[in-house]
Order: sequence, then C-alpha cells, then structure tokens
Amino acid sequence: MNQNRGDREAILGRVREALREEAPLKHPAERSAGGEPTTAHFREWLPPVGASIDERFALFAKLSESLRTELHLCADMAEVSAFIKKLAEEGNWKTIALHTGELISPLILELPPQLSPLLLQSGYDKDELEACDAGLTECDLLVAQTGSVCVTSKSAGGRVLSVLPPHHIVVARKSQLVTDLTEAYASLATKYRDAYPSMISFITGPSRTGDIERILVLGAHGPKRLTVLLLPS
Amino acid sequence: MSTIADLPRQQFQSDANRTANDAPRRAAVRRALSNYQTARDRTGATFTDWKSARASAATIKHEAVNHLDRYLEEFEQKFTARGGKVFWATDSKQARDYILNLAKEKGVRSIVKSKAMTGEEIHLNEALIKEGYAVVESDLGEYIQQLKGEPPYHFVFPCMHLRRDEISDLFHRELGTAKTDSPEELTMIARNVLRRAYVDADMGISGGNFIVADTGMISITENEGNARLTVGLPKIHVALIGIEKVVPCLADLALFLPMLATAGTGQHLTGYNSMYGGPRQPGEIDGPEEFHVVFLDNHRTRLLADPEQRDALHCIRCGACLNVCPIFKNIGGHTYGTTYQGPIGSVITPHFRGLEDWKHLSGASSLCGACTETCPVGIDIHHHLLHNRRNAAAQKPAAGEQLLWKAFSFLMKRPALYRLATKFAPLGGLLHPLVEGTAMDPVASWTATREFPAAPQGSFRERFRAHKAAKAELVKKGGVQ
Amino acid sequence: MRVTLFVPCFIDSLYPNVGMSMVHILERLGHSVDFPEEQTCCGQPPFNSGYWEEARSVAVKQIEVFKNAEVVISGSGSCGAMFKVFYPELFHGHSAEAEAKALSAKTWEFSEFLVNKLGVTDLGARFEGRATFHDGCHGLRELGTKQAPRELLSHVKGLELVEMSEAETCCGFGGTFAVKYPQISTAMAEVKCNSICETKADYVISNDSSCLMQIGGWLNRNVGSVKCLHLAEVLASR
Ligand code: SF4
Repeated sequence: MNQNRGDREAILGRVREALREEAPLKHPAERSAGGEPTTAHFREWLPPVGASIDERFALFAKLSESLRTELHLCADMAEVSAFIKKLAEEGNWKTIALHTGELISPLILELPPQLSPLLLQSGYDKDELEACDAGLTECDLLVAQTGSVCVTSKSAGGRVLSVLPPHHIVVARKSQLVTDLTEAYASLATKYRDAYPSMISFITGPSRTGDIERILVLGAHGPKRLTVLLLPS
Repeated sequence: MSTIADLPRQQFQSDANRTANDAPRRAAVRRALSNYQTARDRTGATFTDWKSARASAATIKHEAVNHLDRYLEEFEQKFTARGGKVFWATDSKQARDYILNLAKEKGVRSIVKSKAMTGEEIHLNEALIKEGYAVVESDLGEYIQQLKGEPPYHFVFPCMHLRRDEISDLFHRELGTAKTDSPEELTMIARNVLRRAYVDADMGISGGNFIVADTGMISITENEGNARLTVGLPKIHVALIGIEKVVPCLADLALFLPMLATAGTGQHLTGYNSMYGGPRQPGEIDGPEEFHVVFLDNHRTRLLADPEQRDALHCIRCGACLNVCPIFKNIGGHTYGTTYQGPIGSVITPHFRGLEDWKHLSGASSLCGACTETCPVGIDIHHHLLHNRRNAAAQKPAAGEQLLWKAFSFLMKRPALYRLATKFAPLGGLLHPLVEGTAMDPVASWTATREFPAAPQGSFRERFRAHKAAKAELVKKGGVQ
Repeated sequence: MRVTLFVPCFIDSLYPNVGMSMVHILERLGHSVDFPEEQTCCGQPPFNSGYWEEARSVAVKQIEVFKNAEVVISGSGSCGAMFKVFYPELFHGHSAEAEAKALSAKTWEFSEFLVNKLGVTDLGARFEGRATFHDGCHGLRELGTKQAPRELLSHVKGLELVEMSEAETCCGFGGTFAVKYPQISTAMAEVKCNSICETKADYVISNDSSCLMQIGGWLNRNVGSVKCLHLAEVLASR
C-alpha cells in the first residue's frame, strides 16, 4: 500500500502525449513598466497599499474594521495583559488555550486567577481544547493589503489553536506588518527556507459564512471573534 | 436513437422548462446573487488594474497547464520528501478504492469532509457510506445539502437556492431543532453539531484549490474554518484534487488568492487561505500523522489533449461565471445534471462525460459572453461552447438539423433565389415547412410566449432601390448635384 | 467616403426602416451609401449551431460581395461581430483566410463607425421621450461597444436617457437558442423587460435589431406600452 502510487506512469504519459501540441496563449500578460513580461510583475496590478508604515497600518486598520477583526493598539505588555483580563471578565471565560513564545509566555503569569490556562506544548486533549473559551497565539505576519493575520503551525501553537476556540486573540508587533502577500511569501521563504511548517494560514477576519441566503454570519465553525493586540515595533 | 443517450438531454429540457417557470425560486436566486454583484464590483475596483492582473493569472495558468507533467512531478518530489503520499488515480473508481482501502487499513470509523467538488465528481460519500463509514460534510452549505439528500446547487454556494425557512424546516425535521428565521441561529445549530464531528473523526477529507509545485503544498481556500479543522484534528488527511490545479510557485498565490476571492465572493481575501506541505512535521504538536494527496485525472487529460479548449483547465472554480450567467440564474444549478454547473460546466462536462450525451449544455446558451468577461483567468468560455457545438455537429450531425442548415446555406448562397423567396414570404416562413410540427418548429416556439414583428411594407432592398431611383431622378432634373 | 452597408437578412425583411435610417444619416453626413444586392446572410445561424461547413459556404459569398468595399457598416452588433470576430476564426486555415481577415478589418458597427471612425457625435437629431438603452451582447462583449451609442444619444434633443439596472444582461435572444430553448429564452426576456419597465421609459433603444425582436416580442405580448427603436431610427429623426 505504502508504495502504491497508482497510475502514475499512465497519467504522466497521457499528459505528455496531450501536450505535444502547444496551446495558444490568449491573454499574454501585459508588460510591466520595466518591460519584462514575467509573471512576477502582477504585484503592481493588485490593490495599492502605500509605501510608508503609516499608510500600511491605516489600510490594515480599515480592512480590519470592515472584516470585524477587533484591532487594538497596546503600548506595552502590561496593556496586553490588562486587555485580555478585560475580555476574560466580559466573556466570563474559564479556560484559555495558549502556546509558549516570546510574546505569550510573559502573559501566562499575568492571567487572572479564575482563568485557567491550557498550555499546548506537546500533545493535547482535543475535547479539552474544544471546550476552551479562547485561544491566544502569536503570528508570523500581518498583511496590510488584505487585512490578514498569517499564522503557521510553528508560530501559532500548531494547526488548530488559532481556529478551534470561539475567540482567537493574536498578539503581534507592528513591525510584523508587511505590505502584501508577495512580501509575506518572500518573508516566509527567508524565515523558513526549506523547512516550512506543515501549515501556513492567512486568516482574514473571524470565521464567516454566507451560505444561508448569502447573508453574512460570523462564527460558522471557527472563532466568532478575532482580536489583534498590536504592540509597538 | 437510444433512450439512454437521450437521458441527460431530456432531463435538462424538462427541468429547464420547469425551473424557468418557477418565478419564486428564480427570484430567490437573483436576490442571493445581488449582493455578490455589488461586492465583486467594489472589490474589483480596488485593483490597480484588474485586466492586467487577469492576464497575469492567465499566463501563469497557461505555463502550469502546458507543463503539467513537470509541475506534478516537482510537487510529488517535494511533498513526499516531507512525508506525504501521492496516489495517481486515472478514474473515479481508482480514487474511491484507494480512499476506501486506506480507511479500512487504518481502522477508520468516522470521517469529516470539507468541501471538495472532486468528491462529488467521484461520488465519494455514497461509496464511503455504503461501506459503513459515518461521513459528515462540514461546510455549512454542503452540510445542508447532505441533510437534504441533494447535490450542491452551485459549486461555490451549495445551498444558495434555499430560503431560510426551508433550512429551518430541514433542521427541525432532521435534527429536531426549534424553528427559527434567523440565519445566525441556523448557523449556530450546524456549528454545534459539526464541532463534535471534527473531534471524533479519524479521517479528514478535503479538496484543494491549488497544487503548489515549488514547495510541494496544497492550498485550501474557505471562509468558515471548517477545512482548517478537517485538516487539523483527524489523524489522517486525504486531499482529493484534480491534476489541473497546479501553480508553479508558492508566490503565485499572492495573485491567485485575491483574484479567487474577488471573483468568487467579492472579498479581498477569503477567510482562511491555508497551505499544507505534508503531515505533522518533527517538533509540531498536532496535525495528521498521514497526509495523502490523490491526484484525479478522470478525463482531464482528454481536455488537455484539445489545445483549442485546453485553457478550460485554467479554471480556479471561483464560480463567477455561474453568478453572472443569465441561464444559470433562470434555470438553477440542478437543471444541469452535472457536478460542475453553469458555463464552465457546460464546457468541460462533454470532455469528461462524453460529447454526444452532454452537447445540449453547449446549445443551451445565448452566447452572451458574460461568463468570459468575468472569468478571472480569462478562459474563452462562451467561444468554447461554440467549439463544442461544432465538434458535436462534426462527430454526429443531427439528421434534421443538418438538412435544415444545408437548405439554409443553399438559399443564402443564391442571392437571386433568396430575393425571390423573401419577396413572397418572410424569412422565417421560408424554411418553416422543413421543421413544421417538429420540436424545432421556430414559429410555434416563438409565438407561444412572444409576438412576432408586424410585417413591414416592402423590404429594405426594395426601399433602397426606390430611394436610389428617386435620387437619380433628382440628379437628372438637376435638383441635386 | 464610400460606405457599404451590410443589412442582414432579418433587418432586410423585418426592419427595413432601420436600414433606411442608416442610409439617411450617412447621406446627410455627405457619404455615398452603397448596398450590394448580392448580400444575403452572414451565416451566423448555421455557425452558431455548429454547422461551420454550411456557414462557410454562405460566408464565402459575403466575403466576395464586400471585397471591394472601403468600409462595411452593420446595423446589428451581432452580424457585425460575425464579420469582425468570427469570420477570421471560421476561415482559420482555409483558403479564404486572408480575405476574411481583410473584411474583418474594415467592418464597423454603426455607432462605432460614427463616433470612432467619423468622429461625429451630434447628428442634429430630435426625439421627444424617455428612453433606456439595451446593450446587445455581441456588440458589447465581442466588439466592445458601450460608450459610442450613449455618446450619440446624449446629443439627441428632447431625449431623456435613463440607464436600466440590467443594461448589460442578455435579453435571451441568442439566435436559434430563442426557439430551441423557448422557456429559458423567455425567462431571460422577462428579466430584461422587467428591468426596462422599472425605468418607466417609453422607449427601449438598442443597436441590435435581433435583440429588439426578442424584447419587443415579449413587451408586446405582456406590457404593450414600451416601444422598441433601433439607434439609427432615433438618430435619423428630427
Ligand atoms: S471558468 Fe473562470 S469564472 Fe468560471 S469558475 Fe472557472 S475561473 Fe471562475
């Protein structure tokens, strides 16, 4: 079974046979200002972002609002702590799932006493995680052009911490904000080289669906709320 | 003529007749799509240059599809190096059998699925359920359709044709929940049922929007987070993907993800865009122990072998062509009788399932071209409908129709005869005897619902002749220069 | 300029006024208008039905008829698109390919010709009434005609032009489609006509008579009050 690759050779053979005659290219990519017809130039056709960090941030904030991502600037870790405490009280949370990390570890000791942490370090009990009121993670990047938070299975405590609990809180630094997806992918490539985590996920707003009469409902399966707490660079 | 061969066409005709007259359903579909149009226009307008972005997308897909062998191998090599397994399935049965055997071998009991049209294509659920597995669709729309026992109505919006009261009744009947007219409450009902399914499942089955060659990843686009959970919690992940879904580089997704979102739903980016490059890696705390990618050919290579229509394999299944299609809006998704509905379905189904049986879909189009205009990867959709019509006529001309067109061209090649004939009868009347009383009788077909224009006094050519003569007369009299 | 008219079969026999309006407009602008009587049909019906061989045999005659024309003007976006877009494809790899391409290059849709070739937008026309404009799909999407007719109509005195929400939605004609799938075709006409009626217009104007046959056919059966006019008919009135 393990070695069973199915009809590999037959399919590849059919593909090669089929491709013997070239198909016309009906929509050749416009040449960019630089004159190169390369596909790498699509970046300039996408929605503009603005060059400065302020413009980037303004767009991210604007998109967050329309996506219903709750974005809050925090001056320091104490403010982050206080904010989480406030959310916990408002939501009457009992458990919060989190992972260790540069930005998260210092917060663990500051959690309010009635809130018990579920620390995902190695394995975890799925039912226990499912029952948590919130999930607290770091992220790799924030993307201005799309209002997205980029997490990976390395940066955000595995594959599901950022999507199973009903409220996802991300702690990040402003310096993690990149312009667009192109920059995001380049930055991931630099960071991980050939050892990509098994999952990269761009999260754009809380979980949503429009399946019923195309009317927007938040929290279809994953988080109903997504909060981004942003620290200075 | 065999009855079997006529079945899809007959089903289409009779369903189309019924649905085109179902005013409330047509109104519901239009209502559901009206927000889409606004959102899509708004988001599209934020692009610096949508048309150029689209040309770039077409160019990248052209590169990928025209070097499919190379990119599939590159994916396989990268993916297996990280512990993934690739199975190449020629047809539905091979794909189903592989997944069934895997489930059996691993002692799987329950399976959670995220949206995969390839699953519909190979009738995977039926096969798994028949073997005794519990299979739950986790996408809300798919879940509703599964409960209803109906295939998806639209390959991106599976239950867009249903009103909230119908969904409420369905939940009430199947799940015993209280009736409600709130989409929010209905969504929460499904949420509660489905969260158990993820936790309990031993196998998660997904589709895949892109196969990324250079990093050996598959990319899944979704809004709900159900695919993230399907692929995150169970110990085995199977992704069933058509071989055409390739992009050469991970960085290409920086173009395709926004375009898919904009064209598909009018979002800047879909809620979750996730790339998976293998099962759980060393040092990771969760994720499946095994990750199997099943490459599905199932006649895609047949379409690949047609250079004229090869670009139909560029499709990223955004669904935009359905959303703008006036035929789709008026007859609905089920009428097509296909896995892939709408314009692109009408183009590719004849390649996948036989031209003779499915050519009627290419005929059932006014060729308005709204699909081609909207397609984010620039597929020549409506021209391919013409190509299918041509190929069908060449393969097996319909006797009566061929005779009609032969007569038509006989007449139109002979201007004198044409003039003489049109003098005595309006054009429609001329060829009418050929088809009178048949299903092709255009007069009966037209006048059943529409008036015919009143016959004018004299044809244009007669009036033009008179006009010229009068002018010449004037010139003779010196009235005009 | 010597302008050669291509008046497709159904305009010839059903809408002669449209052709005559084009003649008057072009002559008023000082051009000589020519109408070769040997022309019949562009071959679109068999072409669209998949019978390309039959279509070619008709098309080849038209290519011959218009061989010496300087410019060819069509009053139907659809037939114009047949010459301009589909002839090159129909004759791809055939002996008449070069001629087909030449005809394609000199063919113009009527409103495009006036605005973009002749540079005329004000024809001194006067027409009292409230009207909405229907974009024929072939004109709109095969030929890219959108602004030219609106530009021309904006200069018609007395005319109030209101856009309908479904201006670019197909009316459901589609040639043989209209009679092969009458239920679908009629449902499409209904959507189109409801949108027309929403504007409270007295007239619906288009640059394609085939669409007007469909729209008029439905309106006359179901509404009665809205009248259909070809763009040329409006532009010729004073
Ligand atoms: S054919 Fe184009 S518009 Fe239609 S689903 Fe595919 S990519 Fe989208």
